This record gives sequence, C-alpha cells and structure tokens, in this order.
Amino acid sequence: MRSGELGGTYQPGDVVVREGESDDRMFVIQKGRVEVVSDRDGSETRLAVLGEGDFFGEMALFEHSTRAATVRVLEPARILTIDKRTFLRRVQKDPSLAFNLVKAMSARLRRLDDELARVKAQIASGGESRVG
Amino acid sequence: MHSSVTGLRSSLGLTERDRLRRTFYRLARAEDSRAGIELEHGDRVGIVGGGPAGSLFATFLLRMADTIDLEVEVDVYEARRFDHKGPAGCNHCGGIVSEFLVQLLSIEGVNLPPSIVQRGIDSYMLHMDVGSVRIETPPTHERRIAAVYRGNGPRASEDSGFDSFDRFLQNRAVDLGARIRRRLVSGLDRQLDGRIRLRGPDGLDETYDLVAIASGINSHLLDRVRRLDSLEDVPEVLRTFICEFPLGRTQVRERLGNSMHVFLLDIPRLEFAALIPKGDYATLCMLGHEIDEELVQALLDAPEMRRLFPGASLPPLACHCFPRINVRGSSRPYADRVVLVGDAGVTRLYKDGIGGAYRTAKAAANAAVLHGISAESFAEHYAPACRTIDRDNAIGKVIFRFSHLFQRWRFVRRGLLRMIAREQQRNGARPMSGVMWDMFTGSAPYREILLRTLRPAFVRSLLWNLVAGNAPRPGRREPNPEPL
Repeated sequence: MRSGELGGTYQPGDVVVREGESDDRMFVIQKGRVEVVSDRDGSETRLAVLGEGDFFGEMALFEHSTRAATVRVLEPARILTIDKRTFLRRVQKDPSLAFNLVKAMSARLRRLDDELARVKAQIASGGESRVG
Repeated sequence: MHSSVTGLRSSLGLTERDRLRRTFYRLARAEDSRAGIELEHGDRVGIVGGGPAGSLFATFLLRMADTIDLEVEVDVYEARRFDHKGPAGCNHCGGIVSEFLVQLLSIEGVNLPPSIVQRGIDSYMLHMDVGSVRIETPPTHERRIAAVYRGNGPRASEDSGFDSFDRFLQNRAVDLGARIRRRLVSGLDRQLDGRIRLRGPDGLDETYDLVAIASGINSHLLDRVRRLDSLEDVPEVLRTFICEFPLGRTQVRERLGNSMHVFLLDIPRLEFAALIPKGDYATLCMLGHEIDEELVQALLDAPEMRRLFPGASLPPLACHCFPRINVRGSSRPYADRVVLVGDAGVTRLYKDGIGGAYRTAKAAANAAVLHGISAESFAEHYAPACRTIDRDNAIGKVIFRFSHLFQRWRFVRRGLLRMIAREQQRNGARPMSGVMWDMFTGSAPYREILLRTLRPAFVRSLLWNLVAGNAPRPGRREPNPEPL
C-alpha cells in the first residue's frame, strides 16, 4: 500500500460485505473493482460491477435489514468505510449531503427499471413464440 | 439651516455626490431587501481566494445551481499558483484533512487520490514526559486521515510526483465551469445598484452580483471588507508556528510511521503541538499564546520531540512561518451580496480548518442558490451554520482549559497514560482513547466530547486510573516510550 493511499486494502476474492449479514456501514471505492452478486437457491447472479468513486452498502444507512447482496473484490482495491453515525450526524445539519446518494440510488433504480422491462419483454416474447 | 447642514456635511468630509450615492444605495438596498435578492440566469459570482474555502464554495454553488437549472458565471481570484514550491504556492497550514472530512468529501464524490495525499494517517501517538501511547483509528483500522501539502511542498523539496491539495480542489471547481483568474484583488466597493465591484493593482475592475470572500485570515483584503456596510467586526486571531523538517522518505517512514505525533508537554504558553509525517518531510504545527522564538525553541529542545529524530538531533528547518489562525469568528460574516467563508468568517477552534472551510462554503453556497443573496437571507440560512461552529468553539475553549490540567500536573498525565494504554490493549469500550482521538482529529463536535467526559463511567474510570497510575510500587520507573 502506498503511503498516500486512504481506506482499507483488499485483495481479489476478498468479501467486503456478505449477503444476509447485518452491518451498518457504507463503502466508497477509492481504487479497484468489485462485483455485486446475489445468491438465490445456490445459484449466484452478478448484479453489477462497481469501480472507482462508486459506493455500495448505502441501504444500511437508511434501514435495519441485512445485506441484500455480497460484494466481492475483483482486483486489488482500496475501499473507504463511511460510518452510519458520521453520515447521519452531518446529514441532520446538511440534508443536501444526501443528494449524491439519492442521485446514485435514483440512477440505479432507473437501470433496474430498464432491466425489469427488458426481462419482462423477453419473457412475453418467449411466451408468444411458444403460443404461436 | 441649510447652510449649517452643508457646513456639517462639509466638516464630515461628505460631498454632495457621496450623499446622493448613499441615499440611492440605501433606497436600492431597502428595495432589494423587500423583494429578496436572488441569483438569476447569467449572474456573475466573484470568489476572492482560491484555497479550499473558495474552491469548495465554487463547487457547491455550481453544483446546486445546476440542480435547479440556474446558469451563473463564477470567477475565482487567486494570484498564487499552487504548483509552485515554497512560499509562492504555500497556504501556511499543517495540511491535515480530518477523518470526518475525508468521509464527507467521499460522499460528495470528492475522493482524494494518492497523488495528493502525502501520507494516509491511521493512528496518533500521544507523547508526554511520562511516556508515549498510540491511539489507533476506531474501529476500522483504516487510513482515514490525509496529510497533504496545500501548495507544492517546501521550497527545496524535490519533485516527488505529489500534487497540491488546493490545486486539486481548484481543478474540480474548474471542471464544473469555474474560471480561475490569476489576478490580485486589493479592494472592493459597492456600486449604486448594490452590486460589488472588485478592484486590483493591475487595473482589475469587475462587478459581481455576489462576492464570496475566501481569502483566509492572513489577507490584507479583510480590512477592506470590514469597511463595507455591516461588516464591522473581524475574527479574533492567534499566531501559530509551522515548520518543515527534511528527513527523507525512509526516515519519515521509520521514525514517524503513519501516525500523527501529538505532544502534551508542560511548557508554559504551549497549547498544542503536532508533528505530521508527509513524503520526505515532517511538518511541525504549534499552537500557543504569544508564540515567539523562545517558545519554539523550548518545544524543539523537549526530549519527547528530539527522540523522534535520528540521533535525537533536529535537522535544519527547510522553511518556517508564523501564520495566524481564526479563534473567534466574525459575528456577522455576510452583508447584501457579500459572504465570508472559511477562515475569513468562522472556522473550528484549533483543528480541522479545512473542515471549517467545507462547512461554511457549503452552507453559504446552498443559502445563496436556494434562498437568496441578501443579508436577511444569509442571516436566516447561513448564519446558523456559523453560530453552530462558534458555539461549539466556546465549548472547545473550556475543554482546552481543562486539558491544561493534564499539561501541568504530572500525576494526571500518569493516570491519562495508564487509562489510554489499557484501553488500547483490549477490545470493547475505549472512552478516553475516543475522547483524545476526537480532540486531536476534530472528528466530533467539542460539545459531544464534553458530554462524553461527564458520563459517570468515564469519571469513575479516570479517577481509578489516577489512583492506580500513581500508586507507589517498589522499583517504579516511568514507562519507556512505545516503539513506533
């Protein structure tokens, strides 16, 4: 790790957060890439690949549920932890601090909507072709 | 009657033109206040000072304006070039970005790259005559504090590939559309229509709808700003001492590691001293009362300081300065179309000056874009942020007075050392470590720190450690300094 690097160091394969576990921290990627995967009935699905400047685990800042997905490191990474208390203390004084998070979450929601529409369209066209 | 008034006016040095000008401005301002002055499409914003406060003000203003589809023109006046080494590019500051601010900036999308972080700090070493103890980052053990150079390093430093923190923030403002103007602003006045005109020795004459003063406390411009209406009081300042020791990268790593070294020493007039490891250098920051060469020498001669250097010998200083810091903010850091941010207005007591710049710059930028640029608007939407800092600073002064007991009484220092050392050896609650960590790093408001020290469990533990740390034991001797 170089003297000027911030955050914690992770190696490929390291799990930063694990699906189902409870944790109240958010993470910001300073360097490297991670994958977000979800396990359903023993089958792992990759939901996203995140890189420098992206964050994950933000849902833990707003709710008490367990982690919705596992985040695994793809290449040597540096990741900074954001404490829930630090965030909430500041956002109480400066609500605009949450803008960046809301913007990113909104973009993710839009992507998911597109994905959902695409999957539904695929299913519908598959069903029609079977009927035909 | 008329002649007597004219005579009085004449004796006051007021010309007819002055009188008309003042009357017109009073009327215009009254009209503005009623209507509420707001930033409109195409308005011009001038920012005097391109350090963190100025660049962050530009960034937040442009970002918020973009959010509400408002187009404004932003000029940042900064004559210094932060890519120059030595005083020409230096902003006279210890250069610590606190753990709290590193996290906030990251949430804002401003991630500090390794090219501007001279060293990531993961712990503090507290040095006292009774011993030294390491306080580690709770609870992540990550490097979350950044040691940076505000400029491009000391004059004689070699090109190490590191960049200036101030230039990094400036570039981000430029990316959003701010324009950097390398011109000196030496004066400002209000035009008939209430707008602010900036003037400079090279013929600068530009008028702006809003002017943010982010020139720091060490600028002569503040005297000019004071002459503007309503801005009568100026911040109270304290002289500090900052110097750079050329040690070389290897010695910095081996002698200081990734720790910031804080000194709690019984030296009269000394408030606080810290040695910050950077690339090839170590920066010493010293706060105290009436700092002079005698006080500086007393600190440099202290064995707790000397033992950190190879052969207990201090190398010649690469550079040094006696900058002033703001210890009590301006009570009214705004007027119609003018707002003071960063050190020029209000900042946090002794610590986290860059964090103070962030808070005031953001609060002022949001107030200007969302609520207006009249004095009334700033009073309602910007002043609360300044008052919060000011009130917390008042509590901070109480805490620092209390900490003088630690500095003066050796038996208290023994108890403190024992309490922290025991906490650091175990998992679980670390009340004193947390208090000292937040005091040194500026990671928590002083109010919160004070409340924690008033908890019965904290007081009980401190009292117990005072007794246990001073209990006579056969063959007792002071603990050796902890290895780095």
